[in-house]
Amino acid sequence: MFPATGRAVVRVLERLGHTVEFPAAQGCCGQMHANSGYRAEALPLVRNFVETFAGYEAVVAPSGSCVAMVREAYPRLAAGDPDLAAAVNEVVPRVHELSELLVDVLGVTDVGASFPHRVTYHPTCHGLRTLRLGDRPLRLLRAVRGLDLVDLPGAEECCGFGGTFAVRNADVSSAMLADKCAAIRDTGAAYVTAADNSCLAHIGGGLSRQARLGSGAPVRAVHYAEILAGPEVHP
Amino acid sequence: MSGGAPGGTGAQRRRGDRRGHGNIVAPLPFPAAARRELGNPQLRANLRRATHTIRDRRARVVGETPDWAHLRAAGAAIKDDVLARLPELLEQFEAAATAAGATVHWARDAAEARALVTDLVRGTGSAEVVKVKSMATQEIGLNEALAEAGITVVETDLAELIVQLADDTPSHILVPAIHYNRRQIREIFADRMPGVDLDALTDEPAALAEAARRYLRDRFLNARVAISGANFAVAETGTLVVVESEGNGRMCLTLPETLISVVGVEKLLPTFRDLEVFLQLLPRSATGERMNPYTSMWTGVTPGDGPRALHVVLLDNGRTDTLADPVGRQALRCIRCSACLNVCPVYERVGGHAYGSVYPGPIGAILSPQLTGLDAGANRSLPYASTLCGACFDVCPVRIDIPQVLVHLRQRDVDARRGQPSPERMAMRALSWVMRDRRRYAAALRAARRGAAPLRLLTAGGEVRRLPWPLSAWTSSRDAPLPAARTFRDWWAERTAHGGREDGRDQG
Repeated sequence: MFPATGRAVVRVLERLGHTVEFPAAQGCCGQMHANSGYRAEALPLVRNFVETFAGYEAVVAPSGSCVAMVREAYPRLAAGDPDLAAAVNEVVPRVHELSELLVDVLGVTDVGASFPHRVTYHPTCHGLRTLRLGDRPLRLLRAVRGLDLVDLPGAEECCGFGGTFAVRNADVSSAMLADKCAAIRDTGAAYVTAADNSCLAHIGGGLSRQARLGSGAPVRAVHYAEILAGPEVHP
Repeated sequence: MSGGAPGGTGAQRRRGDRRGHGNIVAPLPFPAAARRELGNPQLRANLRRATHTIRDRRARVVGETPDWAHLRAAGAAIKDDVLARLPELLEQFEAAATAAGATVHWARDAAEARALVTDLVRGTGSAEVVKVKSMATQEIGLNEALAEAGITVVETDLAELIVQLADDTPSHILVPAIHYNRRQIREIFADRMPGVDLDALTDEPAALAEAARRYLRDRFLNARVAISGANFAVAETGTLVVVESEGNGRMCLTLPETLISVVGVEKLLPTFRDLEVFLQLLPRSATGERMNPYTSMWTGVTPGDGPRALHVVLLDNGRTDTLADPVGRQALRCIRCSACLNVCPVYERVGGHAYGSVYPGPIGAILSPQLTGLDAGANRSLPYASTLCGACFDVCPVRIDIPQVLVHLRQRDVDARRGQPSPERMAMRALSWVMRDRRRYAAALRAARRGAAPLRLLTAGGEVRRLPWPLSAWTSSRDAPLPAARTFRDWWAERTAHGGREDGRDQG
C-alpha cells in the first residue's frame, strides 16, 4: 500500500551496512481480522507470518500497530494450538518496530539523513501504549540534519483511525480527526510524521481534505522511515 | 459454588443463568446515538473541558505515588481473589452483616431488586426517600419503580440532583451531570428546584451549591428512609463503605431510621485491611484527590446511633453470567472510578448518553453487553465503539485490559452470528484468503494499482475524494490515497533482478 516506506526502510538499513531480505511469501499480519473479531480468519495469517519469518535474525516492520499485533495478540490467538504457540514464541522476540531495531538492537540514533523542514511527530497509540516506543523515534528524528522538530499538543491522544472503526464509526472518527488535524496545523509544521501508515493515511487524508476546502495550510503526512532515508526521498 | 447454605439461601438461589436487565440496554446502535450527540457542540465543549480537568488532576496525584504500579497490581489481585471465591465470600458477608443486625436480601436481577426495595420502603410507611449516589440503583431503574409506587425519591448528590431535576439520565459514572455547564445548571435550578431563591441564584458554583444545600437540608431532616449503594462490602466484618465528596451521603447514612443499601455482588473485599489498597486507588483515579473528603463505613446497626434498621440487597443482575467468561470477567474488578471515561477520546466526543446505558465509556462498552448478553437491544454495537487506543487500560486502577476484552467481545459477537449472511464476513474471508498467499496478494496489489490508473488521470494531487460504499464512510471526511504506481514487491523484484542494492534514487 505504501511502497515508499518499505523502500525507505531498505535504504536506511543498507546505509548502515546491513543486509535486507524481503521474503515474498509474507502477507498481512492479520490485525484487521483479529481486532474486528474474526479470529478464525486471522489464524491462517498468523501461521503464514511465523512460517515466513522463522529463519531470520531480526524482523523489522515500519508499523507500531503491526508489531503490537504480533507481540501482544499472536500469543493469545495461538493459545489453543501448542505447535503454533511454540512457533509464535520463537519468532516474536525477534520482531521489531523500526525504531526499536535501530535504537535498541543496532544502537544507532543518527542514521546520517538530512531533512530541512519543520516536522511534528504524532505517537501512534499502539507504538505509544502497547510497544512503549517512548522517545526512540524522536531521538532518531532529532539527529536528522536540518530537521526542526516541534511538539504536538495533545500528542498522546488517538487520531481516531482505529482500523474498521474509521468506517464503522465514521462520525466519531472524523470528530477525533478534526481535533488532531487542528493541533497539527497549529504547530506550523510542514510535515506530520508517525510510525504507522494507517494512522498517517487517515491524518493525511483529513489534512488534504481540509486544505482543499480552505482551512489552513497543507501539511503533508509522511512515515518517519522516509525522513530517515532522506534527503533524496523527500527533497 | 460452595453450596451448603441452609435453606437454599444466598449462593444457591443465585445459581442459574439470569441475564441483567434495567438501564443497561442501549436502545440505539452506537454509531447512530453517537451521531445524535455529535450534533451538539455545547456538549462537546463541556465534555472536553471537564474530562481534561479531571484527567490532568488524576495524572498529577498518580504521578506522585511511587508505588502506584504495585497498588494497581494489588487491587487487581484482591479483586481476582474475590471473583474466584465469590459464593464463599458472599455467605461470609451475609453471616457477618446479619450478626451485626443487618437484614440481607438477595436479588437475582433488576426486577427482583426493584420489587424488594419497593416493598421495604412501603413497609416503613414512608412516602419519601433520600438517596446517596449509587450506580447499582441507577442500573436497576429503582427511581422509576419507586415513583410508579407513589414514592418520592430525592437524589442528594449534587450532580445526581441536577440530572434528576432536569428529568435527564446520567452521562458519567462519577459526574452524572458532566454534560452541563454551570450556566445550564443555573437554568435547571431556576426552572425546576422547588422553593429556590431566584434573587440569590447566579451561575457561580458557590451560589449553585448554596441553593442545593438549602433545598436538601429540609429533605435530610424529614427523611425517614434512605437508599444507598456501596463502594465496598467487607466480607470479614459485614461492613459497607461509601466514598464521597459532599457529605450529603453521610447525612443520608446517619439521619434516617431505615437504610436500604443495594450492592452489586462484585463489590466485596475479603478483609477490612484490603481497604488500605482501594482507598488509595479510588480517590486518586476518580476525582484526582489523594483522599476523598468523606468515607463512611457502617456495620449492621448500632443502638442510639444512626439507622435503626439496615437492609442490604445483594444484586446479581448478570454478574454471575459475566463471571462465566474467563476473559470478560475482569470487567467485574471495576470499582467505578471513571478514569477510563475521562481519558477516552471517543467518550470525550460523544458523552455518556451515546452508550445508552448508565455505564458509559470504555468500561460500559465491556460491562453493559456482558451483564445483559450481546443480543440485548443494541448492546452488541458497544464493543466496536473504540479505536483500541489503550488509554483506558493505562489508567485503570485494577488493570482491566479493556482493549483485550473489547476484541474478545467482538469475537463473541462475530462467532454468535456465524450462521447468518454478512457482507462484512465475506469480505474478511476473502481478504484473509488473498493476504495469506504471496501470488494472490501480489496480484491483488497490482489489480488495485491498475484499477486506480484511470483515477490517477482525474485527481490532481494523487488523492481520491469520493469512494463507493462502504468506503464512502472514509471519504466523507478524508481524502484517500491512491495505490502507488508501482508496488514495493515489483520494485523489490526489479532490484533483485538487477543484482541487489539500492542505487540511492527513489523510483516511485
